[in-house]
Amino acid sequence: MSSTLLSTQGLVARYGDFQALYGIDFEISEGEVVALIGANGAGKSTLLKSIMGLLRVAPEMVRLDGRPVGGSKPNRMVSDGVAIVPEGRRLFTGMSVVDNLRVAIDHAAVPRGTAWTLDRVFELFPILREKQAVPVQSLSGGQQQMVAIGRALLNQPRLLLCDEISLGLAPKVVKEIYRAIPSISANGTAIILVEQDVGLARSASNRLYCMLEGRVSLTGRSQDISREVIGAAYFGGAHAVA
Amino acid sequence: MQWLDGLVQGVLLGGLYAQYALGMALMFGVMRIVNITHGDLMILLALTGISLAATFALGPWTVLMVLVALGAILGLLLQRLILNRVVGADPLPSLIATFGLSVALQNAMLQVWSADTRSLGGGDIAQASFQLGTLYVGVLPVIVLATATLLTGGLDATLRYTRFGRSLRAASADVEAAAMTGVNPKGVYAGATAVAVAILGFAAVFQSMRATVAPADGPFQLIYAFEAVIIGGMGSIWGAFLGAMVLGISQSIGFRIDPGFGILAGHLVFLLILALRPQGLLGKD
Repeated sequence: MSSTLLSTQGLVARYGDFQALYGIDFEISEGEVVALIGANGAGKSTLLKSIMGLLRVAPEMVRLDGRPVGGSKPNRMVSDGVAIVPEGRRLFTGMSVVDNLRVAIDHAAVPRGTAWTLDRVFELFPILREKQAVPVQSLSGGQQQMVAIGRALLNQPRLLLCDEISLGLAPKVVKEIYRAIPSISANGTAIILVEQDVGLARSASNRLYCMLEGRVSLTGRSQDISREVIGAAYFGGAHAVA
Repeated sequence: MQWLDGLVQGVLLGGLYAQYALGMALMFGVMRIVNITHGDLMILLALTGISLAATFALGPWTVLMVLVALGAILGLLLQRLILNRVVGADPLPSLIATFGLSVALQNAMLQVWSADTRSLGGGDIAQASFQLGTLYVGVLPVIVLATATLLTGGLDATLRYTRFGRSLRAASADVEAAAMTGVNPKGVYAGATAVAVAILGFAAVFQSMRATVAPADGPFQLIYAFEAVIIGGMGSIWGAFLGAMVLGISQSIGFRIDPGFGILAGHLVFLLILALRPQGLLGKD
């Protein structure tokens, strides 16, 4: 197995007085796909936000290539090779598809491996080539999600954070979007998938972490963990050990 | 005849208003920051320019270059020291902070320059005019209009086609998402405010060559700039230019109906457009 790309040690995060994460130990290696599952409010998105620098955390709680980066500004994380497909897509309303993508190109990290280009993104999601001049707000939800993924890829990430990319989309569209995951990780990019759909998360990932009330309740290889064990860890059963 | 003259003079006046409005279009229209000091900064630059010209015997074009550079620095300081602390989804903090600064600036200028009206000697060019058919057109107002057109075109192209322009539009649409895409929002906002105030350097020179300036004049310029941006449509740079033209023409025609009616005519047209087309002439949806 290749070396650890990003890890968190004893990560705690809070929103004002509310503590959302209680000492998360997490790690992901280069090229690995790791799923993050758990009920609403378990802290999955909070973990991604803490990694991305959207929440204040102590420097040594998040390490990239072993270097403490916790609490760095999001734009610093992007130039260090971490990109995010944010929950709810968060596209730049009023700008065309291609201008949304160009913002990412303008601020890309130095690519490792084959660089993502507009053409490669359009090969991954052909519909975007047709729609490139269209303002993003007039696209369908699935198409908007493709723009959000394309935008993150054009940041040339070594680590891609995907926050609920299937949320609110038709099953057929979800399939289409998840088909892109293998070609992204084939590029050597590590991926953290936050996903509500446990079946989807298991089949798309190498390893998974299950979170419960701000703690990791289960972790292991996705194929080795049975649905029952996941169920217990997901809902807080007594014996959540893999 | 006098109506055609009114129209032409209105367009030329609009050129000056466009120079007030461009920075406002950038800050209020695109960044959604309400900067009440907009007019006062223009007056500050104008008075500084007049004093520099008198002290060092500088010509108006040298003063122009100095004021544009000075404007950029003032803009950077304004953003770094004040606006970055209050920027956010809520427009109220920036409004209150800059309102306070506006009052302070006006009083500081009154202290330094007293309440006298001043102007910048423009040499021959300020008086020169040429005949166009049966109309007489001043050379300086034509230069002002041409400068305003070039500035508008340049700013519009910058927003559309440059890295800086895309970053600014992205940060204005969703500042957090822009940061997550690698944009440094504070840097981009500082750059945009520097550009907005630098453009006021042009307006300052032309205002003080065409007319007079006094420390308390800022709020008038502020209102014209706001009106031009809203008439044209928030977020549209050419819209602000068009809005400035509408305002200039309305005032100029109004003056010819009755000398006391000019300024009011501009405000009435503004209210009319606000009622009939609230998104502005070039505004979307």
